[in-house]
Amino acid sequence: MGKTLAEKIWAEHVVRAADGEPDLVYIDLHLIHEVTSAQAFDGLRLAGRQVRRPELTIATEDHNVPTQNIDKPIADPVSKLQVDTLRANCAEFGVRIHSLGDKDQGVVHVVGPQLGLTQPGMTIVCGDSHTSTHGAFGALAFGIGTSEVEHVLATQTLPLARPKTMAINVEGTLKPGVTSKDIILAIIAKIGTGGGQGYVIEYRGSAIRALSMESRMTVCNMSIEAGARAGLIAPDQTTFDYIKGKPHAPEDFDAALAYWKTLFTDADAVFDVEVNLDANGLEPFVTWGTNPGQGAPLNSNVPNPADIKDEEARGAAERALVYMGLEAGTPLKNIAIDTVFLGSCTNGRIEDLRAAADVVKGKKIASTLRMLVVPGSARVRLEAEAEGLDKVFLDAGAEWRNAGCSMCLGMNPDQLSVGERSASTSNRNFEGRQGKGGRTHLVSPLVAAATALRGTLSSPADL
Amino acid sequence: MEKFISHTGSAVPLRRSNVDTDQIIPAVYLKRVTRSGFEDGLFAAWRNDPEFVLNQPAYSAGTVLVAGADFGTGSSREHAVWALQNYGFKAVISSRFADIFRGNSLKGGLLTVIIDQSDVEALWSAVEADPTTQVTVDLDSRNVRYNDVVLPFAIDDYTRWRLMEGLDDIGLTVKHADSISTFEKSRASFKPTTLPIKG
Repeated sequence: MGKTLAEKIWAEHVVRAADGEPDLVYIDLHLIHEVTSAQAFDGLRLAGRQVRRPELTIATEDHNVPTQNIDKPIADPVSKLQVDTLRANCAEFGVRIHSLGDKDQGVVHVVGPQLGLTQPGMTIVCGDSHTSTHGAFGALAFGIGTSEVEHVLATQTLPLARPKTMAINVEGTLKPGVTSKDIILAIIAKIGTGGGQGYVIEYRGSAIRALSMESRMTVCNMSIEAGARAGLIAPDQTTFDYIKGKPHAPEDFDAALAYWKTLFTDADAVFDVEVNLDANGLEPFVTWGTNPGQGAPLNSNVPNPADIKDEEARGAAERALVYMGLEAGTPLKNIAIDTVFLGSCTNGRIEDLRAAADVVKGKKIASTLRMLVVPGSARVRLEAEAEGLDKVFLDAGAEWRNAGCSMCLGMNPDQLSVGERSASTSNRNFEGRQGKGGRTHLVSPLVAAATALRGTLSSPADL
Repeated sequence: MEKFISHTGSAVPLRRSNVDTDQIIPAVYLKRVTRSGFEDGLFAAWRNDPEFVLNQPAYSAGTVLVAGADFGTGSSREHAVWALQNYGFKAVISSRFADIFRGNSLKGGLLTVIIDQSDVEALWSAVEADPTTQVTVDLDSRNVRYNDVVLPFAIDDYTRWRLMEGLDDIGLTVKHADSISTFEKSRASFKPTTLPIKG
């Protein structure tokens, strides 16, 4: 029997396998940031250990950094200490770091791919659950906790139980105005936030193959919202073209390419589970609740919990509507928004900014809301400025910020206030995620832009 | 790491499913650079509510959290585990945990135990009927016990052994340093490195 892509990559990275023990898996690239690394470096120091492979490690500052006045010291002393601690740790252990103000600073999952460090067939980890983003290149990439960060720093390996495999087949052609964000939101609504637990998802099918690299990253990014630690897509010409010319693309590109072309699921391989989704019927999708599985087509209404058969799901929906301040039966398009957030590792890349800029160009955002545009990295920001996108957003009345995780998790000053409602291109609509008492609707960049213009949840077709 | 063999204590019934890591500890509480002091952020958004279970005196001594399905979804923050431990919890019982949270908890010595949802419901009812009910989470014999009820749970032999011995994963892996070195010699030369910096 053949192997799935995930099984091939796994097998190629097993350092040691023994009966009754987890496999010891080699890690090709370790990305670190300020929030989940300090205690790991402390652990190394306490045990007198070194970073085994600094040249397979890279750090950036993203979760906790301000997106305004970045030339000034960080105002919050606790945030500043965390960022300063990362800088000191990288200096002490010889780890490359891209700090605030550097052209390669940015959200860690935007930085890896743009540097060409993310390549097919690799194992990639980071103390961040959205590491699954890198799976878009046909890499096995997943988030880890701080104890595991320390383990990788010390040994460049991780003891891991072999995951099961799930195929999600998305066949057909997306209608205009429907994006990869809508694909993944529809998948999560279908299989639930726990549907992928214990699995590595491989996204397959004609609709996936037709996506650009950046759109593929959006899909893989939210694998964790479906419960799967990793999600990947087999590399193809789209992947190879994207990597070529990036700073860290292989010097011997042909040798790498020959290997990359072996990275696909064999025809006779069997997945533990298969799920099918029809791309033809998809519409722009938004969330109405407080977990990413609580989503629905934009053209529908806020669901009535009484219609939900499963008792637990019904209770969760009832609580979600109370928190969100929504009435069952309200058309989703009637929901008025206070803040539009365009950014994050899900949708903060140049294509996302271009798509949104195309919608708002020459128009003004609604006077009832604010729009924050936060490029995923300093490089994305520079690229956007070279194309004049900053002016498009500023002329429309939006704010043009510096790179970072920003309002995706509200760890820096970019937060919602109590009761404030956002349309956000990020990945989590959890209670309080974007600020205590804040209410989040997850949307695509196109829906974010159209919403900014109309003031209520909207798609470009409504303009 | 402290050995975990068996723990007996009173339980806290958290009747909620999909308790994500942002509920366990919001991001604004993640700024510390230590492993301690995170108890103030535990369930921060709910702690202002006098009705919230942790604010009820009857459950103030609880060391076993009994939660709804899909506990720990969301981010990889190990701070969620530290917050629970810093607060005093030794074990969490649920019918389903998110993968990363479960991995983090078992690395850090917070025992996460999976039992059927119907058994969770029965345990909630028992604890609500009598908050002094003592619940034993026994890793050695792989079961949860309270009153006359015995609920077996599954955990792989390796993880059980590691927790019962209180062993640190890195120490175990370092013993295989030779295997790692051998593997590294076989890695393809085209694999990227972050140093020297290019571009």
